[in-house]
Amino acid sequence: MRTRDGLALVGGTGVAALLVAAFLRMPAVGEHAHVYRDLVLPAALRANTPNLVSSVNFDLRAFDTLGEETIVAAAVVGVLALLQPPDRRATPPQRGYVLPAVRFSGYLLLPVAVVLGLDVVLHGHLTPGGGFQGGVVLATGWHLLYLSGSYSALQRLRPLAWLEHAEAVATGLYVATGLTGLVVTGGFLANFLPLGRFGSLLSAGTVPLLSVLVGLEVAAGVIVLLSRFLAHGLGHAR
Amino acid sequence: MNTALLLMTLLLVAVAALVVVTTHDPRRQAAPLSVFSLCLTVLFVVFQAPDVALSELAVGAAVVPLLVLLTVRKVGRR
Repeated sequence: MRTRDGLALVGGTGVAALLVAAFLRMPAVGEHAHVYRDLVLPAALRANTPNLVSSVNFDLRAFDTLGEETIVAAAVVGVLALLQPPDRRATPPQRGYVLPAVRFSGYLLLPVAVVLGLDVVLHGHLTPGGGFQGGVVLATGWHLLYLSGSYSALQRLRPLAWLEHAEAVATGLYVATGLTGLVVTGGFLANFLPLGRFGSLLSAGTVPLLSVLVGLEVAAGVIVLLSRFLAHGLGHAR
Repeated sequence: MNTALLLMTLLLVAVAALVVVTTHDPRRQAAPLSVFSLCLTVLFVVFQAPDVALSELAVGAAVVPLLVLLTVRKVGRR
């Protein structure tokens, strides 16, 4: 126990020293010169992508996003492998008491959450957001069905078999898009679609396509992942 | 004014994080964890990073506390 505390203290002090050293050399907030910004901004404008972050995520560093997407897929596969559905055929959980106000807000917010999630996914190249954020909003918003309705409503409107396939297919299509770029332009995940008009829905080349694929993958993955946790937490067979 | 706002949100995050750490019962920790994520979301918005704020709002304030609650429920039953 003592050794562990000592080790933690040494490690913590080291991390703190490195952080302080890094902060001391950081450019001040709102300063005018920034190397990375000066490189990214023209690149994003050339690719007709108003949202710089999406330009970085799905164009300049699309390969990194492939890695992150694979991490999500690996996490879902890990949960599916480790959290097998409970054996016993217990009855689905009884409906607990939910405050009427909570129930009402849930019904009110369910369509809002779904529309917002779709909007964040589809406009990822124009406004803040993108596939990952929109996908998580869609997945969590869908669980308002459980909060406001019932668990059986969620089970009926959650086609897990399809979602598992959708997750895998979307991940595969991301790689396929990258390979198409390799064949057409000679660079993996390079843009091969027309860039369109700046700021319109169909523009920015492959950025919205990759964003939608990530959105599909993340939404399906998070719902599948939560389904196993819910099955164990509520103690019933899937 | 701007610096004051930045410092205030940083302080808010620090206080929320302290509340999470000092809550010892994992069963109760999920709620302050969610509030902490909301504070982080505000911080990211103030620092002009709306993309990160959206991620933090969806993952930190909703998914992670839910996973914590479900796990605690499952582990606590044994």
